[in-house]
Amino acid sequence: MTVIKTKINRRSFLKTSALAGGGIVIGFNWGCTPADMARPEASAWYEVNAFLTIADNGEVTIMSPNPEIGQNIKTSMPMIVAEELDVNWEDVIVKQAPLNTESFTRQVAGGSQSIRSSWTILRTAGATARKLLINTAAKEWQVDPSGITTENGVVKYGKMTMTYGELAAKAVMEEIPEEVELKDPKDFKIIGQAKKNVDLDGIITGEPLFGLDFKREGMVYAAAMRPPAFGTKLKSFDDSDARAVNGVSDVVQFGNKIAVIANSTWAAMKGKNALKAEWERDGKLENTTDHDRQLLRMLDTPEKEPRRNDGNVRRAFANADKVIERVYEAPFLPHNTMEPMNFFADVTDTKAELIGPIQTPQWTQGRVAQLLGREAADVTIDMTRMGGGFGRRLYGDFALEVAEISDKIRKPVKLVFSREDDMTAGTYRPASKYKFRAAIKNGKIDGYHLTGSGVNSGNVTRQNWFPAGGIENYKVETHNLRSNITTGAWRAPITNFLAIAEQSFFDEVAAEIGMDAVQLRLDILERAKNNPVGEIDYEPEKMIGVIKLAAEKAGWGNAPSGISHGFSCYYSHNTYVAEVAHVTNASGGPKVARVTCAVDCGIVINPDAAINQVQGGVVDGVGHAMYGDFSFVNGTPQASNFDKYRLIRAKEAPEVDVHFVESLNDPTGLGEPSLPPAGGAVANAIAKATGNRLYKIPFIKEEIVFG
Amino acid sequence: MANFSIDVNGESRQVNVDPDTPMLWVLRDELNLKGTKFGCGIAQCGACTIHLNGEAVRSCSTPISAIGNASITTIEGLSENGSHPVQEAWMEEDVPQCGYCQAGQIMSASAMLSKIPNPTEADIHQNMSGNICRCGTYPRIKKAIMRAAEKGGNNE
Repeated sequence: MTVIKTKINRRSFLKTSALAGGGIVIGFNWGCTPADMARPEASAWYEVNAFLTIADNGEVTIMSPNPEIGQNIKTSMPMIVAEELDVNWEDVIVKQAPLNTESFTRQVAGGSQSIRSSWTILRTAGATARKLLINTAAKEWQVDPSGITTENGVVKYGKMTMTYGELAAKAVMEEIPEEVELKDPKDFKIIGQAKKNVDLDGIITGEPLFGLDFKREGMVYAAAMRPPAFGTKLKSFDDSDARAVNGVSDVVQFGNKIAVIANSTWAAMKGKNALKAEWERDGKLENTTDHDRQLLRMLDTPEKEPRRNDGNVRRAFANADKVIERVYEAPFLPHNTMEPMNFFADVTDTKAELIGPIQTPQWTQGRVAQLLGREAADVTIDMTRMGGGFGRRLYGDFALEVAEISDKIRKPVKLVFSREDDMTAGTYRPASKYKFRAAIKNGKIDGYHLTGSGVNSGNVTRQNWFPAGGIENYKVETHNLRSNITTGAWRAPITNFLAIAEQSFFDEVAAEIGMDAVQLRLDILERAKNNPVGEIDYEPEKMIGVIKLAAEKAGWGNAPSGISHGFSCYYSHNTYVAEVAHVTNASGGPKVARVTCAVDCGIVINPDAAINQVQGGVVDGVGHAMYGDFSFVNGTPQASNFDKYRLIRAKEAPEVDVHFVESLNDPTGLGEPSLPPAGGAVANAIAKATGNRLYKIPFIKEEIVFG
Repeated sequence: MANFSIDVNGESRQVNVDPDTPMLWVLRDELNLKGTKFGCGIAQCGACTIHLNGEAVRSCSTPISAIGNASITTIEGLSENGSHPVQEAWMEEDVPQCGYCQAGQIMSASAMLSKIPNPTEADIHQNMSGNICRCGTYPRIKKAIMRAAEKGGNNE
């Protein structure tokens, strides 16, 4: 049992009135079908704190504070509150909270941190409300609160009982408890049980849940033309044809872009396509072939101060029996959320109201305020469900654009990107390359030297993660190539390719020294665990745990005839994942049939949804390793829609078996960590199946015919 | 602009739009049926899938002028209250992640099952590979289709 001082969180309980005035609530949905259909309708609701409201009939509304991007936190965050409140999940109604910085912390979808960073806050919110209800009942019954228990929305003392609904009106008048106890995880009744996605009904019946679906009476539509190449700006434009399109009402320039305003999405898009614009150079027109040359040159350049330098790497390589050196390369990638970027804004003299799919509402609110010269308090941002994010909706550029357009035309307006706009407007996974070197002495890795380089990527290494601490002589260097092509976080930033390269390299080293690929990793981890070389930022013990679990579940070392196994493991977002890819090599060529996955993410909140996240991350990781390809010629993206840009499809997706390490540790991230190891497991299985090593993304461009 | 009378989900609807307007935008902007999604605009992703006389078609690339007397079914009209066996199977398997592509997936799956009541894995791969799921829910989509098929998935 954990005792929590509520004072640290008092702010969120005292300033509850801010919630009511924080903005409209979108996407009102039933959490589940109320079990008791005979229950009377709620006639009064009592706001206990910013997270929850209790009705006189016992129903509970729980606000989900963070943006829902497909990671399913709109279900799992309220589950945590409901667990500590001790109510029936069937009595819970979930609502998306508006942006409210007074009441909620970190309303962000990013870095797989929603659950991890809010775990204690959510539990405390539920536990505080429960304690408040107990104290209220104690006063009512004139008994000692310590003798009162709760069960599924009912307070009990001896034979006396009262429901939360009966107590709610009085409870909100009581003092907030100063100290609350959190449940022992062993007693959890909701956490750890599969609960359906709270938006499931709406999704399968086509309810308007997403940003693109939001409509306001009197709203107009905008489509925008942006510079066609990085390094160009608007010189002039002729909008006469655009204005002649039926439904087009206006054409406005904003910065280097032109917006066509119309009475429907189609008219706005047609109008945009009818614009004639001239563009001129205002920077370098960059080419992928030039990036490739520069990034490769950087791999042979020492960093002034290496990120990490343990032991004596130079001596280790000089004294090596054998040196293994390999280079791995990956391109830029667009995010390609299925719902293209879009946002609504209504800017008036007194306020700016924004509604749409955004991973970073608070940051965006500040930037919109700055852009318009308003106070942040005069800018509201409401979050719709998002048709994917993968990092793209962190950046809010689309929200700033629509705010600027609405400010110019002074109308409520919805900006919609076409797929072409979405894929070419920028913010890509940075292209990157790695050179790995291993110095082999007496059949062991005595020296390890990693150099990475990337385009607008910052540090492309994770110098204190595996294999740091497990190799005596260890050096890591990184280089950044500056570019006018915009880059950003893309699901599992940096590690989405670093892991593929690193885990491919270890497999090749194992083969070169005649060692089992799993055993090689375990040996390094044993060293890191028992006698680490320097500081490390991961727990070798947990990595060992998932490696052994994945190997056992996949039957590592006993692949059936016709199947080749490839191993990979990676730590990211505080979570440990090991994967075994099962590749067949029939007449059509190698094919990824199955991936076995072991995960240590601490307590699993919603097991079936957690499996879904892990499966999706693996499919995404396999897909982008196999097919992800994006390049530039003279600053111009070379693909703009799914006819030229290939995403993984049903017939190419492997089955994914998921196994969680049983744990009572606090939960860690799950939206991203299963992605990084997937591509390496596939590359290693294909090498085993065909004898061909894969060094470049996308794998389909390598000289293998795939099945 | 021209007047069109079209049959959507069993009702006759009148709209006044340009003849080249894709059914996708007629449904979304004119008829306020937001369940049919915009994904690519070039019939490559399947998010906009509807039924035209029971056949799965991509509404983003089907202009209203091509509809004539054909009957259109959208996700909103597939069943009352989400009770189509495919929708029920999607509930039971808890398929969606972000959920954006799922209406299109369900429309493709239900059209397939009306022709192939007991699909093989190869049938599913062939008929569902026009629908992209960026979240990677393909394994669950396959399970849900198999489940719907077991229960007599064509609802007819």
